[in-house]
Amino acid sequence: MPQLGADMAAGRLVAWYKQPGDAVKKGDIIAEVDTDKGAIDVEVFTSGVVEKILVQAGEKVPVGTPLAIIREAGEGPTPSLPTPAAPPAPAGERQRVSPVARKVAAELGVELASVRGTGAGGAVTRADVERAAARQPTPATPTAPPPAPPAPPGEADRRARMRQAIAAAVTRSKRDIPHFYLSTTIDLHRATTWLGEQNATRPVADRLLAGALLLKAVALALRDVPELNARWEGPKVVRSDAIHVGVATFLREGGLVAPALHDTDRLSLDDLMRKLRDLVNRARQGELRSSELSDPTITVTSLGEQGVETVYGVIYPPQVAIVGFGKIVERPWSLGGQVVSRPLVTATLSADHRVTDGHRGGLFLAAVDARLQEPSRL
Amino acid sequence: MRKDEIRSRVLTILSTIAPEADLSRLKPDVPFRDQLDVDSMDMLNFVIAIDQELHVAIPETEYAKVATLNACVDHVSAMLASRG
Repeated sequence: MPQLGADMAAGRLVAWYKQPGDAVKKGDIIAEVDTDKGAIDVEVFTSGVVEKILVQAGEKVPVGTPLAIIREAGEGPTPSLPTPAAPPAPAGERQRVSPVARKVAAELGVELASVRGTGAGGAVTRADVERAAARQPTPATPTAPPPAPPAPPGEADRRARMRQAIAAAVTRSKRDIPHFYLSTTIDLHRATTWLGEQNATRPVADRLLAGALLLKAVALALRDVPELNARWEGPKVVRSDAIHVGVATFLREGGLVAPALHDTDRLSLDDLMRKLRDLVNRARQGELRSSELSDPTITVTSLGEQGVETVYGVIYPPQVAIVGFGKIVERPWSLGGQVVSRPLVTATLSADHRVTDGHRGGLFLAAVDARLQEPSRL
Repeated sequence: MRKDEIRSRVLTILSTIAPEADLSRLKPDVPFRDQLDVDSMDMLNFVIAIDQELHVAIPETEYAKVATLNACVDHVSAMLASRG
């Protein structure tokens, strides 16, 4: 059961889309799970053949519970479960671990040092990790909700559970993360002028929103200050090579999700806008994918449309920063010794002081500003 | 296309964009954004749907002309009529 956000303790398997013997490839939707954030499509992260279903439709299991075993291409049949506990890799010998296995180990909470590899050259494979996970006792989940009723929850109940889950996440964040806050005012004259010119010539369906420019500017600024694009895996911080900006999105009649816009920094503005529109629409229709909830490396939130001018966000663990944007307002602005009217936005950074400091945070906000002064290069 | 038909089509579009809204209580002269839980993404989806279903492209600078139900119906009706 994938961890689809810091606030998720368990999920119910709703349906399998694949059966034992079916071939799957990376990115395929293999199952649907019901979480506090709605029904989520679960993707697979490797290609292979479904060998065994471990959790049946209707079962609710804690995060980290293996749902199925997938035999990767080239691997032999997986031994039946359970298997004897494998001794750890010999001390002093560098352990070989496939990237997929490392990712799955992190998801399932498996200590790689305790896993014996059966792959080529003794490498630890995904199946090795999943077998090790199956042998682990069910992790204690002190914040796990009580067993859910057998019937699917109604919408009101889902909203209540989402509120509880958000409460747990922000409480944990404020308790564990020493936040610090910075803000700066950014002149959006160039950005909004360029945006207006672009949209005047585009078909309606290809128009850009100002939010797309802000997201891209944040993503590119993270290349300058990469320690903000990371996950806190106490007691250390793990930087992410990929930049997956989580887009805080309000849901109809209450609730909030922040799904990932994958590889935000690499997307053209057109692609970013198309994917953003699709992501927000699917979020509001309850059609998100598991990776979109598990992958964000930083979150961007904007309350400008609600008239808010300054947003000081709460970091969504295990991320280490959240960026906020307020309302774009026309205000007096001093430029070259003259006072002019300019569209201004307040950008804020809430960051984890264990990971970075105000100096670096200031550089990040300056980088966001600089990117927005060259909108045609976003 | 008659105005009542345009009104019906616009309400159908709104029902897909804000499915939780009780459109029977929609005030026709109050901006959508003041009475529905919609944001700029919703408004973009709205003008895209107007373009695709009623074949009227609303320039970004003229969003104010479709900000309320009555204004939207009048504007779309005028645009369609101008084509003859």
